[in-house]
Order: sequence, then C-alpha cells, then structure tokens
Amino acid sequence: MSFDIQSVRADFPILSQTIYKRPLIYFDNAATTQKPLQVIHAISKYYEEDNCNIHRGVHYLSVKATEAFEEARKEIREFINATSTHEVIFTKGASESLNLVAASFGKKFLKPGDEVITTIMEHHSNFVPWQIICAEKGATLKIANILPNGELDLEHLYSLISEHTKIIAITHVSNVLGTINPVKEIISYAHRQGIPVLVDGAQGVSHISVDVTDLDCDFYCFSGHKMYGPMGIGVLYGKEKWLEELPPYQSGGEMVKDVNIERTTYNELPFKFEAGTPNVEGVMGLRAAVQYLKNLGMDEIHAYEDSLLKHAVERFSSICDMRFFGTAPSKASLVSFLIGDIHPFDAGTIIDKMGIAVRTGHHCAQPLIDHFGIPGTVRASFAFYNTIEEIEKLADAVSRVKTMFR
Amino acid sequence: MTIHEIENQLVDEFAAFDDWLDKYDLILDMGKSLPPIDPKYKTDQFIISGCQSKVWLHAEYREGKVFFTADSDAIITKGIVSMLVSVLSGQTPDAIQFADLSFIDQIGLKEHLSPTRSNGLASMVKQMKLYAMVFKMKS
Ligand SMILES: Cc1ncc(COP(=O)(O)O)c(C=O)c1O
Repeated sequence: MSFDIQSVRADFPILSQTIYKRPLIYFDNAATTQKPLQVIHAISKYYEEDNCNIHRGVHYLSVKATEAFEEARKEIREFINATSTHEVIFTKGASESLNLVAASFGKKFLKPGDEVITTIMEHHSNFVPWQIICAEKGATLKIANILPNGELDLEHLYSLISEHTKIIAITHVSNVLGTINPVKEIISYAHRQGIPVLVDGAQGVSHISVDVTDLDCDFYCFSGHKMYGPMGIGVLYGKEKWLEELPPYQSGGEMVKDVNIERTTYNELPFKFEAGTPNVEGVMGLRAAVQYLKNLGMDEIHAYEDSLLKHAVERFSSICDMRFFGTAPSKASLVSFLIGDIHPFDAGTIIDKMGIAVRTGHHCAQPLIDHFGIPGTVRASFAFYNTIEEIEKLADAVSRVKTMFR
Repeated sequence: MTIHEIENQLVDEFAAFDDWLDKYDLILDMGKSLPPIDPKYKTDQFIISGCQSKVWLHAEYREGKVFFTADSDAIITKGIVSMLVSVLSGQTPDAIQFADLSFIDQIGLKEHLSPTRSNGLASMVKQMKLYAMVFKMKS
C-alpha cells in the first residue's frame, strides 16, 4: 500500500486520545471529518500574521489577506476543475449552497405547474429547501425511488421527467447508504432534454476525485468540514451562465456595485453571492485541506478507503443477524446497519462506551429511513486515517452488543 | 421510601461497577422491572418523542399520589425510564415537582438527560413534573 497510515495519523492529533479508558476510534466521518495539523496551523497562522478584512482596504494587511483569499479560490477551482474562479462561491456549507440555489433558482424560474425532481435518498438539506420553494411557487416536487440494494432507480427517475421539469437536484453520494450515484450519466440524460442538474456533493468531494467540467453539472455543493477543513465554510460551484441569471440570495456589503437611494446594482461574480464579510479563516483552512488532499492524492485515498470498506463488509457479513442498508456495487466507504431488531440507539450507546464513535438515527434523511420502515440505522463511515484493526474492534463491539441485548 | 432514599439506593447499586459496560448491563436489568404500561396508552397521544427513541408515559392520581407507567422502544432508554419511574412513582405532586433527580448525575448518566441528547428523556422528566402540577391543581 502506497499509504503510510502511521504518518497520516500523526497529522491528526485528536485521534490519539483515550475515551472511557479505551483508544478513540472515530467512525463518524460522514458527519464531519477530523482536521490535520496543516489545517489547524493555517487558521492560527492567518490570525497570527494576516488577519484583516478583505477586498476593502488599500493597506498592506488587507491586500495580503485578499490575495490569500483569492489564491484559495483558485486552488479550489483547480481541485474541482471548474472553468473559472468566479464560478466558485464561498458559503457557510453545503446546506447554505443548496438553500441558495433552491431559493434563487426557484424565485427566477419556478412557476405554478412546474416540477422539480429529487430522490428519496437525499439529506434534508437537499430536500427541504426544494419542498419549501415548490410550495411557495405552486410547483410540484417529485421523488425518484431506490432499488432494494440502495441504488437509485434510474428508470423511475427518468420516467418522472416531463416538459414541466425545471431542475433535477440529486446527491452525488448518499450519506446513509453510501451509494455513489451515476451523476454523469444522469446529467447527460437531463441535458439532452434541456434540464439543469444540481449535485449535492457533501459526501462526494472527500471520497472521490470530482471534476465538475467532466460531470458537466450545473451546480455542485459541498462543505469544508466534511473534507478535513474547518466548519462554517463551504462552496457552491455553479456554471457561469446560471450564476449570472440567478438573482442574489442575500444582500449587504461586498455584493453590491453601486448603491443609491433609488437603485442598487450588483457586483459581478462571485461577489454577487458573497454578501458581508466572508469567513476568511475558514477559507484559509479549506485551502490547507485541499492541499492536504492533493498531496495524498484523491485516487490513493479512494483506493485505501475502498479496501477498508471491503474488509468491513466481509467482516460484518460473517456476523449473523447483521442487516445492511445500502449494498450498491458503487459505494463510498461507509456501512449502515442494524443488528437484528436491536434499536440503533441501544447499539450506538454501547458501541460508544467501547470507545467507538458511530452515528445512529435517521441521519437527516427521514424520507429514506421511513422508506425502509426502520427507526434508524447505525452508521460507521470511514476516512483514510482509519485502519483495519479499528474495523476489527467495531466487529467485536457489535458482537458485544449482540450478547448484551440477546 | 422518599425520593431521596430511592435515589441513594440506585447510586449505591451503580457504585459497585467500574466499567461502563457493566453499568449498562445493570440499566438493562432495570428496564425489565419497569411495570408494564397498559397497551391502550401506547399511542401517539402518550408519546414523548425524542429524535432517536420513543417513550410512552402515562400517569394516574390516587389518594394524593402520582403513579406512572411507561415504556420505550429502545432498551437502554427503557432502563433509564424505569429508574425515573421507580424514583418518582407513588410520590406526592409536591415531592415530584421539587425533585432535583441528582442521582442521574451521580451515576454518570447526565448525558442521557441533556436536552441536546434528543432521546426524549429530558422531555420525559418535564412531562412527569407537568402531570404532578396538573394533578395538584385539580385536587
Ligand atoms: C449528503 C449531504 N448533503 C448535505 C449535507 C449538509 O451539510 P452541512 O451540514 O455541512 O451543510 C450533508 C451533511 O450531513 C450531507 O451528508
């Protein structure tokens, strides 16, 4: 393996602690990933040496901070292979990016009788904003189904498309099932009928190398904190032609060109969508995270995480009564499961006491959990700093849960 | 027994165990001694919903005392519910309203009662006290 796991782990000081007298095992990476020293240092360096409000002052620090901020935008453009830096908008996170598109796109393009298509496997953040704007505009939200193994039912999705469809909003990777959706294929199908596609990439960017130009998606949304960067920073990628057409989402400083009593004209992209003082420390941290991922190599990360997933699936399948949710052939490195009829809350509480952080519940995807008719799942989501030994410990914990609740 | 005496008894029982998993084994046992709730009260009307597990709670007032029955779909939650019921059931409305339930903290289960834990237990305590208050006002 080209992966030096010990030196990678050394970059994440939080991982070396002990909880409940046991070494911490962190398997809640789909909720948020841990941050390497490189990211932590980038943030403190920013405050120690460069802090200043950007895009405003003519003085030394302001120019320096502005340059670093715009340099970061370039690196993120390159990371997702966008055509231009002004297609990269900084937001608070995936949720804000998704809300921005739903609200602005809806305001301009949705009218009564129109339709928006999404899927049953969406995170609430790519579901509720569409539900709200559709209700407001008298449009209909249509929901594509999944197959029993957690793959998207493409036939059903395509059957929902009609002349009223205005946009398709779909997740790249499901945060509950791990399913990697064939977004490129879906986008090309939709585009042949002139329908734009938004991709929720919150669970995509940290696991697979994303090329928005190759995907040809119209919008791509993600959060910094799920890709080893800080919280409170995220990105909206949008094709220039769309971003030009969409009305601003919030207003304030920075996003305006000219304000007088009668009328305000808006600043150009990307600033039109960045009202107010931005999260500069977040951008500095995100830049360091992107550099870190580039150094490791997204393909190497994917290969290593895939080996963890394969091991986990094999190991857990050997435990009887395990029920898996999401067994699509193309899958990111997470497992969602139930142990027989044991309530996920019970299982999660005991697994926690064994020093292992897993997530339990509906994972902000209630429609999906209802679809399965279960109270929730236990989800172990892996990152490149996890190890086979840790997965073995989770398997032991699962066996322990089984004996306790028998 | 007074609320305080029952609380102390519980704290002592838990003190015998060092490892968290053993403490949880005890909690599971406690769940088994929870008096069953009449199935007709296991409806949405009596549900205290937290994010993760469901709790059903019913209360009755007899001879100046409040009696609770409850259930949960999660076994650990049921164990903790059972402790709360054993401490508060059969007490007077005044005693229930002023109970500080510090045993939860002493046992080390405080996290389960934190409102952010979203498993319904914090709301359950609130609901138990609310019942006590209503019965007192009615009587
Ligand atoms: C698929 C998906 N979309 C959107 C989000 C929302 O991300 P955030 O909470 O960072 O805005 C998440 C977070 O769990 C997610 O998993």
